[in-house]
Amino acid sequence: MARAPTTTDAFNAIAEPRRREILDALADGERSVNDLVRILGLAQPQVSKHLRVLREVDLVTVREDGRQRLYRLNGHALKPVHDWVSKYEKTWSERFEQLDVVLDELKRQEEGADGHDK
Amino acid sequence: MTSRGTAKVTLPDDETILVTREFDAPKHLVYKAWTTPELVKRWWNAKRGEVTVCEIDLRVGGRWRYVMVTPDGTEVAFHGEYREIVPNERIVSTEVFEGAPQEEGQPEVGTVNTLTLIEVDGRTTVTIETKAPSKEVRDAIIASGMEAGLQDALDLLEEVAVSLR
Repeated sequence: MARAPTTTDAFNAIAEPRRREILDALADGERSVNDLVRILGLAQPQVSKHLRVLREVDLVTVREDGRQRLYRLNGHALKPVHDWVSKYEKTWSERFEQLDVVLDELKRQEEGADGHDK
Repeated sequence: MTSRGTAKVTLPDDETILVTREFDAPKHLVYKAWTTPELVKRWWNAKRGEVTVCEIDLRVGGRWRYVMVTPDGTEVAFHGEYREIVPNERIVSTEVFEGAPQEEGQPEVGTVNTLTLIEVDGRTTVTIETKAPSKEVRDAIIASGMEAGLQDALDLLEEVAVSLR
């Protein structure tokens, strides 16, 4: 089932497992399309299609090296994802810090009150 | 007071977000703090505003609704339904962000959250699993900017952390 190419940001770009595999492969350094075809075991047109999506959101950059094109990961484009995860983590951490205070109070109440906790 | 660490967030697969944290309290107290409206109001705001509504009808099929008002007056509201309740151990509930776009006549788009409490030596590990019912819903949730389940994103970020500096 073909899906409309809605990819407009890093979140959508990395929601596709194959594209994450490409990014993983590029995390070790620059690669040519042929390298990626070999590593992923995908047909060249598919790899090129994914690379195009990743380029559109700046997750990868490309440079010409003789007759081949080398792709490189651009970590800065992952910052929105990093920021989102950090924000989510921070929200829960702050909730939990406040929950610690509530729990300390409940523990004291329970220790202090015999059978009158309700 | 000792430092008790931060919440650990992991993204085990395309549809799931896992949050874990250990607490220096037995599980029945964590459960009480999680299910008593006056107590939830004191911690759920995450210092971002005031919880003005906290309704908890704690029975299978019962509804819950939390509303927080931030200092600039923005209301953030969530609601859902309890699906499974094992006192002091486990709560499965649905969660819908009221700001997320919904299609008329369709079931509400949201997540299924599972709270698990495991106590060892008087300390309780809390795990919150947030699961989107499908990749499509997950994508919708991502699009709403609220929640995302991005497999391996954290691992990937670790790998590329160097280039972020």
